[in-house]
Amino acid sequence: MRRRRSRRRVNACEAGFPNSVEMFSRLKNKVGEVLLPGDEFCFDTDDTISLTESVKAEKVVCGPGLRRSGDRLVVCKSGVLRHKQPNVFWMDAQQKRYVPAKGETVIGIVTTKSGDVFKVDFGGSEQASLSYLAFEGATKRNRPNVQVGDLVFAQFLIANKDMEPELVCIDGSGRANGMGVFGAGGLLFMVSLGLVRRLLAPGSEIMSDLSQLFPCELVVGMNGRLWVKASSIQRTLIVSNLLQSCENMTATQRRELFKRVAQGAL
Amino acid sequence: MKDTLLSNCERDFLLKAIEEKKRLDGRQTYDYRKIKITFGTDYGCCYVDLGKTRVMAQVSCELVAPKENRPNEGIMFFNIELSPLASPIFEQGRQSELSVKLNRQLERCLRNSKCIDTESLCVVSGEKVWQIRVDVHMLNHDGNLMDAASIAAITALCHFRRPDIAVQGEEVTVYSPEERDPIALSIYHMPISVSFSFFQQGTYLLVDPCEREERVMDGLLMIAMNKHREICSVQSSGGIMLLKEQVLRCSKIASVKVSEITELISKALENDKKARKAGGRCGFAESLPQERITALKMDEMPVEVTDVTEQAYDIIQKTKEPPQTVPSPLVPAPGVGQVDQGQQNTWGLEEEEEEREDGVEEEAVMEVEQQKEEESKGNIVEISDSEEEEVIILHPETPDTLHKSSCHQQGSATSKKKHKK
Repeated sequence: MRRRRSRRRVNACEAGFPNSVEMFSRLKNKVGEVLLPGDEFCFDTDDTISLTESVKAEKVVCGPGLRRSGDRLVVCKSGVLRHKQPNVFWMDAQQKRYVPAKGETVIGIVTTKSGDVFKVDFGGSEQASLSYLAFEGATKRNRPNVQVGDLVFAQFLIANKDMEPELVCIDGSGRANGMGVFGAGGLLFMVSLGLVRRLLAPGSEIMSDLSQLFPCELVVGMNGRLWVKASSIQRTLIVSNLLQSCENMTATQRRELFKRVAQGAL
Repeated sequence: MKDTLLSNCERDFLLKAIEEKKRLDGRQTYDYRKIKITFGTDYGCCYVDLGKTRVMAQVSCELVAPKENRPNEGIMFFNIELSPLASPIFEQGRQSELSVKLNRQLERCLRNSKCIDTESLCVVSGEKVWQIRVDVHMLNHDGNLMDAASIAAITALCHFRRPDIAVQGEEVTVYSPEERDPIALSIYHMPISVSFSFFQQGTYLLVDPCEREERVMDGLLMIAMNKHREICSVQSSGGIMLLKEQVLRCSKIASVKVSEITELISKALENDKKARKAGGRCGFAESLPQERITALKMDEMPVEVTDVTEQAYDIIQKTKEPPQTVPSPLVPAPGVGQVDQGQQNTWGLEEEEEEREDGVEEEAVMEVEQQKEEESKGNIVEISDSEEEEVIILHPETPDTLHKSSCHQQGSATSKKKHKK
């Protein structure tokens, strides 16, 4: 059994370094560059403290792929260093294995119904539990109609390395908000987590290119699962193959391909 | 790890797509995925890619006592390994139902079809025969493991060379590949398995099912055939009723596929043979980055170390920056001494100077290749021929800069060199 639970994806560690101003600028210089595991940001601790300049204790928030080790900051995933204002840094890496994080929405497959919880496979190291009450409008009398093998779109309520992950299909105010059981039809397929993040990024080019092709329904789970439904099987297959091929294409190649599809080459 | 469940959505979609004669990866009903055959550095090592399915076969041989009922026949042994490397659903070290099934089918396909002349593997009747062992490792599972395994196994067997032997009276001599060229196995024909999956109780048929198609299929028919259209084995599983016409149609399709694949295999073998003859690095090794585990190996030797530190510092000080483009990618790790072997000839250039500097004279056995080179250069090189070349690399410099730097500091050595040039 493959287990990779040691590292949470979005367990941000706050690193308050002695002279974090220097660390901050060092990190900032490397934003957008490719870094490899083992690269580190260490800095020589200055013994002299400037009396004239006011030293601000600025914290650096490390996202996935960055770890603090003593007075150094170590890269532990290969990828591109990203930065978000004001002080968040993380590594944008390509991987296929999903590690759950609280609040992320995923596509899961219901594997068993036991009592009042469903077990849901979301592609992680263990299955998540989903209460039958965690659906919009569900009560003890009014049970949701969920069968084994159905797909659900849900978000993580608990995602902790020491506990069983728990999914819910409602948001904080008890609304479905797009989540719930999938209707019939459509195709489920897997892509890498990196591509999913590219698809979900605001103003994603792939999405805008795709929307110009033909109308289709697309559900993107953060766990690398995509669900597509278009007017016909042929079109659904085209969309799924296009998205899968987006993985290793440059923007120009992709536009070229999409143009050809739009002209009816396929 | 338990197999992840196939969702109802995927199942429905696949069946609907098959009804419309469409497949997930855009193939037609009778299409195979892309087959790629590569070879390892050793004889008898073969990798087969069938789409995303990836299989490695390795053939090895051993001298053993024959079976009692067949005293003058060699032994064939087949082993299929399904490791978690291929798919998390496979468990380590346990014979699953699937692995037994695949193993049995491979044996039926290759051993029972008598495609290999086992009698030619006999060394001394009743005492010693060759045992040929074929290990098939699944590296990635994306459906149709059987076809990939059968292609890999037969290609590896064709590629394999066993050591030559000589029998003189009671004595059996096994020659190493350096002494005598190893011998290929005698293979009469190449049986290749072709899988057909059936859906909707045999209404629909697909060739080369991928993993998701395998999960929704009702039944599977595997036909092993050679290019002479001789059926070597037929196996049907899944418990569906097939009509006579269906089986006949499948066998016709199989004969076409087998002839295509056989051609591909022979082309791959030919290419590999050419590459090996040309003496270059060939096969799979070529596609891998160079990983020389011997790069850090160092034979122990006496070295005079009186003023090495100063000299090293001197060299480091005087050298220029190495150029950005390195002429040869084989730069050893910094601070590593190595006995240079079989690379581009640098005799008579900078190495002997280095050696003088250290005052090491060494008599050692040299590689044949180097001796040849030495002979050809013998008239130019003034110093004694038997001197083993020996480099102490203190900094990963290119030969040019090293040369320059060593010129700087050793007037005596360079002057000696000048007159020999």
